[in-house]
Amino acid sequence: MAKKLITVTVNGRKHEKAVEPRTLLVHFLREELNLTGAHIGCETSHCGACTVDLDGLSVKSCTHLAVQCDGSDVLTVEGLAKGGVLHAVQEGFYKEHGLQCGFCTPGMLMRAYRLLIDNPDPTEAEIRAGIAGNLCRCTGYQNIVKAVQYAAIKLRESQAVTA
Amino acid sequence: MIPPAFDYHAPKTVGEAIGLLSSLGDSAKLLAGGHSLLPMMKLRFAQPAHLIDINRIPELRGICEDGADVVIGAMTVENDLIKSPILQARLPLLPEAALQIADPQVRNRGTIGGDIAHGDPANDHPALSIALDATFLLEGPAGKRLVKADDFFHGTYMTALAEDEILVSIRIPAFTPGTGWAYEKLKRKTGDWATAGAAVVMRLNGGVVSHVRIALTNLAPMALRAADAERALLGQPLNDSTINAAAAAAMAACDPAADLRGDVEYKTAMAGQMVKRALRAAAARC
Repeated sequence: MAKKLITVTVNGRKHEKAVEPRTLLVHFLREELNLTGAHIGCETSHCGACTVDLDGLSVKSCTHLAVQCDGSDVLTVEGLAKGGVLHAVQEGFYKEHGLQCGFCTPGMLMRAYRLLIDNPDPTEAEIRAGIAGNLCRCTGYQNIVKAVQYAAIKLRESQAVTA
Repeated sequence: MIPPAFDYHAPKTVGEAIGLLSSLGDSAKLLAGGHSLLPMMKLRFAQPAHLIDINRIPELRGICEDGADVVIGAMTVENDLIKSPILQARLPLLPEAALQIADPQVRNRGTIGGDIAHGDPANDHPALSIALDATFLLEGPAGKRLVKADDFFHGTYMTALAEDEILVSIRIPAFTPGTGWAYEKLKRKTGDWATAGAAVVMRLNGGVVSHVRIALTNLAPMALRAADAERALLGQPLNDSTINAAAAAAMAACDPAADLRGDVEYKTAMAGQMVKRALRAAAARC
């Protein structure tokens, strides 16, 4: 099967690669670009460990073909921190103990990142609904919700300072 | 899991897509949101030699009003149904139901047309489109044709859509004032299919049911219109006795497949419960 040439921007860097059409986005990120943050969990779009940001939307990269991303902009967990400073959602997970084993964390962080852009001041119920597509087997979600709340406050404060 | 190899095509127009479907025949599958097809390919339940990705066809997306109807492009994703001011105002059943489908990430990819055309009785839009009395616009090499939702679903993965046709859009009569609606879906967890689901659209006139459509999700080999349940209500006042009669008629129409969500008796009983809840919720909104 003929490979297809795609151009995709990942974490601000443009890549031009020939991909087999059947290559899933998560495999492209992990194996072609060596970005192993997005995890391969259930592989059937249930668990959310592979969540990345694609053209401003959260998607599950295990159920998206790399060839479909031609011309797209992808953000992975590796692109969250800037200049060695953690993003507010990363800081929130660190401060509020939002992880135990950490397997779901890259997907949780990417989902929380987009959730807080779409809704900067979410209620607890909105946070729980917003991360409903991300499964965690360790925490019982309590501290993940607290971590997102921490990040929401931090992001709003930093915006108030810059405004 | 990586899907079996295939050739990838990304047409820019419906005409181009139909041309590809015609020339590639049954070795090709249309790729909409991919959240049914790609997992099926990973599991080797589907092994198309060609995928025709219809995500880059702008004419297949969007929601607009056309007189007394609302027209929804087949490739409109669930989150766009939820956010649509037109649907919130004129067909509020759809945003409410779409919120009960899958999860936020999947709703960014999953499309209303893919959900309908796949023909899976577990999908939600088939029963919703029956309850809403939708009409589907199909296009193939011989041209366009219209098929009512009532006549579209023939069995599990079997629909009126021919192999060289594309579902282009869904046309639905907008609710008139006084229309009540509800979609009651019993599911084990976020992202699960319905154990039992019931969609109701209803109007009351002087306390008497003047219009009612009831359709069921995942309770038979295809989405089911509960016609006997509708007959039990039309022209009747809505009370415990008529609601129970409608639920019993709906249960009699059920033919669910036993699986991990429950056995036939449990699913049928839950169908009755979902119909009762949906009727009460819809009546409260009339």
